[in-house]
Amino acid sequence: MSLADVAAALMFLGVVAYAILGGADFGSGVWDLLAGGPREGAHLRSQIDRSIGPVWEANHVWLIYVLVFLWTAFPTAFGAIMTTLFIPWLLVGLGIVLRGGAFAFRKFSGSVREAQLHGAVFAASSVVTPFFLGMIAGAVASGRVPADGSGDVWDSWTGPTSWVGGALAVLTVAFLAATFLAADAERGGDHALAGEIGTKAFWSGLVTGAVALVAALAIELDAETLADGLHTRGLVFVIGSAVAGLATLVLLRQRRWAIARLTAVGAVGAIVVGWGVAQYDWLLVDELTIADAAGARATLIGLIIVFAVAAVTAVPALIWLFVLVNQDEWSTTDH
Amino acid sequence: MMILAADELLAARYQMALSLGFHIVLSCFGVAFPAMIYVLHRRGIRNDDPEALALAKKWGKAAAVLFAVGAVSGTILSFEMGLLWPGLMSTYGDVIGLPFALEGIAFFLEAIFIGIYLYGWGRLRPEVHLRTLIPIMASGLFGTFCILTVNAWMNAPAGFTLLPDGTVTDVDPIAAMFNDALWQQFTHMYVATFIVAGFLTASVYAVGMLRGRRDRSHRLGFTVPFAFAAVAALVQPFVGHVAGMRLDTDQPSKLAAMELATETEDNAPVVIGGVLIDGEVRGGIEIPKLASLLAGNSFDTVITGLDDIPADEQPPVNIVHWSFQIMIAAGTTMAAIGIWWWWRRRRATEPGGEFDSPWFLRATVLAGVLSVVALEAGWITTEVGRQPWIVYGVMRTEDAVTSNSGVWISLAVMVVVYTSMAVVGSRVLLGMARRWREDDSLDLPTPYGPSGVLQSDARDPEAVG
Ligand code: HDD
Ligand code: HEM
Ligand code: HEM
Repeated sequence: MSLADVAAALMFLGVVAYAILGGADFGSGVWDLLAGGPREGAHLRSQIDRSIGPVWEANHVWLIYVLVFLWTAFPTAFGAIMTTLFIPWLLVGLGIVLRGGAFAFRKFSGSVREAQLHGAVFAASSVVTPFFLGMIAGAVASGRVPADGSGDVWDSWTGPTSWVGGALAVLTVAFLAATFLAADAERGGDHALAGEIGTKAFWSGLVTGAVALVAALAIELDAETLADGLHTRGLVFVIGSAVAGLATLVLLRQRRWAIARLTAVGAVGAIVVGWGVAQYDWLLVDELTIADAAGARATLIGLIIVFAVAAVTAVPALIWLFVLVNQDEWSTTDH
Repeated sequence: MMILAADELLAARYQMALSLGFHIVLSCFGVAFPAMIYVLHRRGIRNDDPEALALAKKWGKAAAVLFAVGAVSGTILSFEMGLLWPGLMSTYGDVIGLPFALEGIAFFLEAIFIGIYLYGWGRLRPEVHLRTLIPIMASGLFGTFCILTVNAWMNAPAGFTLLPDGTVTDVDPIAAMFNDALWQQFTHMYVATFIVAGFLTASVYAVGMLRGRRDRSHRLGFTVPFAFAAVAALVQPFVGHVAGMRLDTDQPSKLAAMELATETEDNAPVVIGGVLIDGEVRGGIEIPKLASLLAGNSFDTVITGLDDIPADEQPPVNIVHWSFQIMIAAGTTMAAIGIWWWWRRRRATEPGGEFDSPWFLRATVLAGVLSVVALEAGWITTEVGRQPWIVYGVMRTEDAVTSNSGVWISLAVMVVVYTSMAVVGSRVLLGMARRWREDDSLDLPTPYGPSGVLQSDARDPEAVG
């Protein structure tokens, strides 16, 4: 493995983490959108507030981590992605601002009506943002981002792979979030709510699986390089993801929420890793390899050192946060 | 085509200025506010002072809103580095990327510990809970340092070699970080965060006291942030002066614009006010020799004039000159207000007596406004003064800007979004303050919680608009 490969792997670690942690975060917003009026949705929405309240900011730093790795280790690729995919990135940015702002505003609104308004913004942008992130991933994976950034500002991200990428992203995050929320509700002692969300997890998992099959077909036809990789190096991850996904469905039926959450993470993580492995050693599929995109050697070394520093500072802190929020006192309402 | 490109450049600059001008105010709270909360929280648990503790808790909730908006506006900024300035990032991403990556660690720690702090009330042991503020303060400090290395590098580029064919080699990211402008800019900015967060917070309580709410909680809420800001405001002119001293050698065109220096000379004067029209200074009061003295601590310091700078390498002179002067005026006024407070405090015969003068409280409100004015003006001086360079002397801004058309549209969207965020955010914060006043209950109704629905239905069934 070259230095550039190491940097790419570390960057991709961020993609995986963001897909899981950021994904569960976005997905909670998707369920918020579908929770109904203030009275019937109050229960679920309170659970969502409790579950993501302490962690949402940290979850979204992963996106920044990925971007920073990208521009530091692979500056030209960053320029190309941002130039060609100007529009979807703008929409993602918009979604992130509106979502984060509205989430904080909702919590501290003075009236139900106000909270409803902020809540609607939060929930809607929770759908829009992962959708466009999925479209961006589809654009890169299907080889539509030229190395010099000269791709068409519309066509580059509206191919078949982008559409299925967007749809799959929204479904995946919803599925993932439901498994997280069910486990959280159970731990908070609310078995009825856990059952309710668990059912949502089951059905959304089923739909996600079905759409994944459609996506596989689209990728076969639209993204040759990626499809090749998925048949070969990536195959084990695809199979792993399918197995973990099916296991999740079974566990959800058995109402074993805590384990179902783990297998759901496994399913999502495996497919994202599979994507990365399948498109290796392209950074921008068919256009720019990791080796060609790599920036200065001294910087790559520096970046790896920074990662090591993060591993001994931020990671323990992150673990402490997750340990805390998974304790019983943190699963119940304030006072 | 040329005109179109120039237009897009303008839109990109406005968009960058808008997003940064917005983010910077919130980030001041992210950096300095935790220290103020810490003081109150610590007093609350060590001195068994329930009022201080209650205040710390309230401020934590206000901080949750401010930090959230700060974090998302920062995320937008990292997008914009690529969306608006791909030329800069494609060429120099690996030169200046490392501090951004280091800053990522600060962001993680900040976000993690804010989550723990905000939700830790009643769940962590009091001493442990208090201590979770320390990593937040540390990451604010470190994060400011990291981002300022980048900005300072744009002013005093280092750590690479540019070949005649435009390729960049010999990249040394550490040298790029520790460039000539770093320490001055970092210190100046870090001090500014305390001025801004301190005076703004104090001014909220000053307004309350002017309306007759002079209980201990208000005095405490005033004094702690004001003390931070007052010290910072006294230090800041010196730090700013040092920040200016590198300009005569590093960035003569910026200095010439700041000082409205038309000709190269020693014993150069300071011009207060005045505008440059057709190459001539109109209006303004000259104070002889002062500019040379300030720039180099000696009358003999030669200040390069605009006559020695090619026309296409001059920044927009009047903007730079005026924003610089506005910063100085605001900074001097705030320092004076800080001194006034210390003086009143010494003379006050009873506790809280220093607040007896409504004029002093009004001055504090003014300081709150001026702090933001100085902050923005300072940044405009630095950034506009660097023009037409994005990396001083190395890369022109027009060569860095995106080739995309449509930046005006994204700018328009940003204006709408940021304006509504500012309006809605202020409304939410004011609403929180109002509810705290009304029933002094710390816990806001969680409107979506089942009890919250009932609670706020009962609270004000009509006034929900
Ligand atoms: C509350 C904020 C505040 C206050 C009271 C002052 N400044 Fe300032 N100033 C800033 C906030 C600021 C800033 C926004 O933070 C800047 C922009 C970039 C930087 O590093 O600091 C800045 C930049 C800046 C620069 C340009 C540095 C460069 O381009 O490299 C100079 C020369 C000064 N300042 C000088 C002063 C002086 C002599 C002050 C005396 C009253 C002063 N500032 C008060
Ligand atoms: C420390 C971090 C900062 C970085 C890395 C940074 C970076 C940039 C970049 C890349 C540009 C566009 C290129 C250019 O016009 O030269 C720019 C322009 C600008 N920035 Fe900053 N900036 C920082 C802080 C700020 C802050 C806090 C403000 C607050 C107001 C600000 C105000 C502006 C303005 C007004 C412009 C436009 C200048 C012009 O076009 O005349 N900057 N900055
Ligand atoms: C002088 C300039 C700046 C200072 C002092 C500063 C400081 C901060 C602080 C304290 C935060 C934490 C959020 C909060 O608590 O409010 C933050 C967030 C952030 N800033 Fe800035 N910032 C500056 C400029 C910039 C620039 C130029 C960029 C990008 C190019 C940037 C990118 C970010 C990002 C991505 C976040 C979000 C981190 C998160 O998710 O928690 N900042 N900044």
